[in-house]
Amino acid sequence: MNPAAELVGASVTLGGRAALREASLAVAAGEIVGVVGANGAGKTTLLRAVLGLARLDAGAARLGGRLVGELTELQRAGLAGYLPQERRVAWNMPAWRIASLGAASRAPRDARGLALAALEEMGLAELAERGVRDMSGGERARVLIARLFATQAPLLVADEPTAGLDPDASLRIMDALRQRAAQGAAVLATLHDLTLAARGCDRLAVMSAGRVIALGTPAAALSAMVLGEAFALEGGLVDTPAGRVVAARRAPQVPERTGL
Amino acid sequence: MRLLAILALALLASLVLAVIFGETGLSGAQYAAAFADPGSAPGEILWDLRAPRVVAAALVGAELGLAGAVMQGLLRNPLADPGVLGVSAFAAFGAAGVIALDLAGPPGVVEAAAMTGALAAGAVVAVLASYLREPETLVLFGVALSAMGGALTALVFNLSPSPVTTSEVMNWLLGSAAGRGWNDIALAALPTVAGAALCAYAARCLAMLTLGEETAALSGLAMARLRVAAVAGAALLTGAAVAMAGVIGFVGLAAPHLVRGGVSDDPARTLAPSALAGALLLVLADLAARMIPTEQELRLGVVTALFGAPLFAALAWRASRSWRA
Repeated sequence: MNPAAELVGASVTLGGRAALREASLAVAAGEIVGVVGANGAGKTTLLRAVLGLARLDAGAARLGGRLVGELTELQRAGLAGYLPQERRVAWNMPAWRIASLGAASRAPRDARGLALAALEEMGLAELAERGVRDMSGGERARVLIARLFATQAPLLVADEPTAGLDPDASLRIMDALRQRAAQGAAVLATLHDLTLAARGCDRLAVMSAGRVIALGTPAAALSAMVLGEAFALEGGLVDTPAGRVVAARRAPQVPERTGL
Repeated sequence: MRLLAILALALLASLVLAVIFGETGLSGAQYAAAFADPGSAPGEILWDLRAPRVVAAALVGAELGLAGAVMQGLLRNPLADPGVLGVSAFAAFGAAGVIALDLAGPPGVVEAAAMTGALAAGAVVAVLASYLREPETLVLFGVALSAMGGALTALVFNLSPSPVTTSEVMNWLLGSAAGRGWNDIALAALPTVAGAALCAYAARCLAMLTLGEETAALSGLAMARLRVAAVAGAALLTGAAVAMAGVIGFVGLAAPHLVRGGVSDDPARTLAPSALAGALLLVLADLAARMIPTEQELRLGVVTALFGAPLFAALAWRASRSWRA
């Protein structure tokens, strides 16, 4: 079976700078792949390359086995849902209406049904009629996740779904992504919280200066060497009674970053 | 639906009111005569002078209300109006140009010139809209186009051969539905219907744009095509409005805000009620222009700005809470 998303040797140049260098990655149905890395390492560009939103200089991006550039807009929307980093909502529309935008190509009644189900999944059933701009940041973030879920796409791509959220809200979102993966969705998400990433993802792609420098299970990907190279951190995964955490401090000598 | 029904009823009432009342007072018997025999003198006042003027005001108001709602949705900006992309500035320049060149004799020339100006600017913006995804960039180009259109109109004043011409141009620019006949309305029908159809087609992209371009790009909608349709539709409507009644401010800006609360802020569902609200506003403004006793009849653009500005400020005050980013 084709992976839900696949990137083979993909390179992207943004404003004369190599933002993505020969990145390869595949996401299969049922798994959560996390993308971690320092700011500017190329995480968002990697997601955008997968979705066909960034032009590739080299390599290929496939969704469901088909080259993303050859898909129509409707076909692409059927294969992938995207939660971008941009969280601004221009108008104060009710939560259910925002969530139903995920299913815009369906009949209005079906879209509303999917939206309400997704809001319930995110624990927001009572707030369905509330305007999103009257909500807290955490509630709004969950509405936007509900919008992503309402797409019913086999691949869910989320750019920092937990950005700016408290631990409880972050864990809720990771749980919801896990549930979707258990139902067969492929999930690709960038994360900044390494502990959250290590505990919530099946595999991690660690990025540094546009390259995927490590790809594998959290334990394998977050080795001491990778932490040093990608984050200039000294430390590693530590098992505690409450689960596995990443404990690290700034490395005494910051290794020089290439290409930045 | 309830909002639409209320607005439609209010518009109907305002139309009736505006046909019945006018600067010429008529007696009960004269009204009876007007209804019994449309060819009689009172009948002509009602059906050949007032009615087409009132319908023209309603049409222009609807065009501006619809175009304003589309622009605000497309640009995700509550301050956008039909003129924001430079279309009305170029329509005004077209009209000012032919008046100053003394070509305005034959009927329809000024209107055609205004429409041409609007379509030229609209075509430029539509092409830009197919490439530029970010509304900010589109607005910046619109500001440049507006400034250009304004400068060209100022140039017309600058080079105008006589003060009479200058005042003629000025008068036209201030906007009025006076003297509009049924034939003018028939001429405006085509661009209005085409513009409204394009806006209706583009409506579904407006709601999606509330979440930004990246989300919209993955929504399955043909965004580039829909953006072009929105700009082209708004340009046609704005051009038709300027051609019919000159440059009239505030209606296109205020109408969407008047109705937004009634449609849960949904930019797609704002379109139809905004058109009705615009029509209602302009019919009332035109009635005010006729009824306020001044030596020279007030121009429509003056009335909408005079009454519209404070009203809009009040609305902005009330709504300021929900506009915070």
